[in-house]
Amino acid sequence: MSKTTEQVRKSLARRYRAERRFRAYGIISIAIGLAALAILFTDIIGKGHSAFFEHYVKLDITFNEQTLDIENAGDPEQLNYGNYDGIVREALKARFPGVTERLQVRELSALMSIGAGYELRDLLRENPEWLGTTQTLWLLADDDVDLFLKAGEKGREDSRMSVEQKAWITELEAAGDTERRFNASFFSSGDSREPELAGIWSAVVGSFFTMLVTLCLSFPIGVAAAIYLEEFAPRNRFTDFIEVNINNLAAVPSIIFGLLGLAIFINLFGVPRSVPVLGGLVLTLMTLPTIIITSRASIKTVPPSIREAAMGLGASRMQVVLHHVLPLALPGMLTGAIIGMAQALGETAPLLLIGMVAFIVDIPTGPLDASTVLPVQIYLWADSPEQSFVAMTSAAIMVLLAFLIAMNTLAVVLRKRLERRW
Amino acid sequence: MDTAEKLDKNASGRNHAEEPMIDLEEQPMQETRYPEHTVGTPFVDDPKMRLRDVDVFYGDNQAIHKVSLDIGKNEVVALIGPSGCGKSTFLRSLNRMNDTIDICRVTGELFLEDQDLYDPKMDVVELRARVGMVFQKPNPFPKSIYDNVAYGPRLHGLANKKYELDEIVETSLRKAGLWDEVKDRLHAPGTGLSGGQQQRLCIARTIAVSPEVVLMDEPCSALDPIATAKIEELIDELTESYTIAIVTHSMQQAARVSNRTAYFHLGRLIEVNDTETVFTKPEHELTEAYITGRFG
Repeated sequence: MSKTTEQVRKSLARRYRAERRFRAYGIISIAIGLAALAILFTDIIGKGHSAFFEHYVKLDITFNEQTLDIENAGDPEQLNYGNYDGIVREALKARFPGVTERLQVRELSALMSIGAGYELRDLLRENPEWLGTTQTLWLLADDDVDLFLKAGEKGREDSRMSVEQKAWITELEAAGDTERRFNASFFSSGDSREPELAGIWSAVVGSFFTMLVTLCLSFPIGVAAAIYLEEFAPRNRFTDFIEVNINNLAAVPSIIFGLLGLAIFINLFGVPRSVPVLGGLVLTLMTLPTIIITSRASIKTVPPSIREAAMGLGASRMQVVLHHVLPLALPGMLTGAIIGMAQALGETAPLLLIGMVAFIVDIPTGPLDASTVLPVQIYLWADSPEQSFVAMTSAAIMVLLAFLIAMNTLAVVLRKRLERRW
Repeated sequence: MDTAEKLDKNASGRNHAEEPMIDLEEQPMQETRYPEHTVGTPFVDDPKMRLRDVDVFYGDNQAIHKVSLDIGKNEVVALIGPSGCGKSTFLRSLNRMNDTIDICRVTGELFLEDQDLYDPKMDVVELRARVGMVFQKPNPFPKSIYDNVAYGPRLHGLANKKYELDEIVETSLRKAGLWDEVKDRLHAPGTGLSGGQQQRLCIARTIAVSPEVVLMDEPCSALDPIATAKIEELIDELTESYTIAIVTHSMQQAARVSNRTAYFHLGRLIEVNDTETVFTKPEHELTEAYITGRFG
């Protein structure tokens, strides 16, 4: 056995040990990451899943003309100003005949959501013949009732409702007059002070318009900048300066972009505040460096031999870029853009500064309507005192995460698809 | 300064793939061996390309020193020499591929027939349509075989009708000796072919625009002997219609395919002669040293 072989054999065991150690480090890191993710998801889903359901209470509602103060159910004016809360209260009093004291009556009527009144108005508008009749209806319960019904033994004891209220609800529950239903309004309505009425649709629509503006601005600008810097710009101090600055911008805290938007777009150019166009502009500034950097990286991966081949055939620089570089670099650029968009979708800080933190009840109909976005909605709900908003916050986070996962999956799929074509 | 350092310095200063393997300038004895002028017969009557006193610089570094050479019509000129001697650089300045390198500067008289290549009025797109190039590594576009060959003609609008384009593609592939192998899968990706087939595809792509001159930069260096033989055969056939300048590291190849051979040494053109003369009775001692394998 030669001396080299001897040396090699001696060191082999050590090398394999080092390799195993190295692999173990990797596995441990991944395990930590996955565990953190699992904890995050369990926590969010555990807290948030209840927000996808809400409770309804069965009541015999009498559409009494006197209480409602409505004579003609065909008159929209009268319908609008009817005292619907009154008939809900009457119905509750009828259900619990022992309650007469003023304070107790107030507590009793607090069992139902104020949304119940609006629901009755809509029902009466559709069925004017119900005036004067009694109908058995399922009406939306108040968020405290909802929480109480969802809670376990201990949660019920801790509930902030009074002893009487708890007794009433337990009675209703025992009689089978409460029902758990899917919370469709969570996905179809805007924000509200009442948790049982609040939804994320306005935030989703706001996010959609904001992202649309961001994508339409940042992708073309970013790609054009990347192509110019990679393919056309002369290599000199000035381009180096630009490059350093782009890399710097990518690391600037996003709230600075919000301040910039406030100073430039709102104060200087007079863009209306709180609108998706403004949010889109600010997020464009924030996303641009990401898109430029990833686009440049993917342009760099296009082999120079392809460029030379095209140029050798007499293609102009422009044609080389359009025919060869761009198609080959596009998957990478798209991935970068989608990752940038996902980042922008989750961005809150700059939007707080440009007024997208407003309380928006209406669903925005265009990029020029005041609106809020998903992460800001989460921020707003997390800040709200009502207990039910805890679950709503987690539910909204789930929706946001679903969007992010969808976008990132799309990025991966697009890249795979487009790459396979070549 | 030791040799490694010197090489490093060259590498950073030149920004070029080829580096001198041996630095003869380090040895003062050999300085005197450079001929005053290129020996042999660098000039021919009625040349296709007339090149006089060509200097090429990379920044402050002079890669080509006063090279004068004629490339005759329908002849194959082989450029040989040790690595880093500037053959590729010289070849690339013949269709201005060096333009893409910012720090590269070419001076001297370079004429394609009576047109000055570096005249500001000269259109580089037109020039490259007339002087095509085949590269060291096969570099087909990641497109179909058909689209690869049709790219040039489409670019220059050489064919208006589909059948005209089909015809150009077929003739080019036939000339490149690839037609029989690929006629059934013209729409398969060009990158799926073997190395030798890819290189012939690249030649087909180059001749599809009917250039007057074809520059080949070590076209066989990445190929096996069989594929190399096919390309050499092809070069022979192409001489009928094209003028060819080929850079090669294989002296056998130069001997097989070329009419004239030019020997480059450290950026200088040492000797140009009929291929037979160069390989049997080289006039200059550096040429002799190279072809007998004393360096390179």
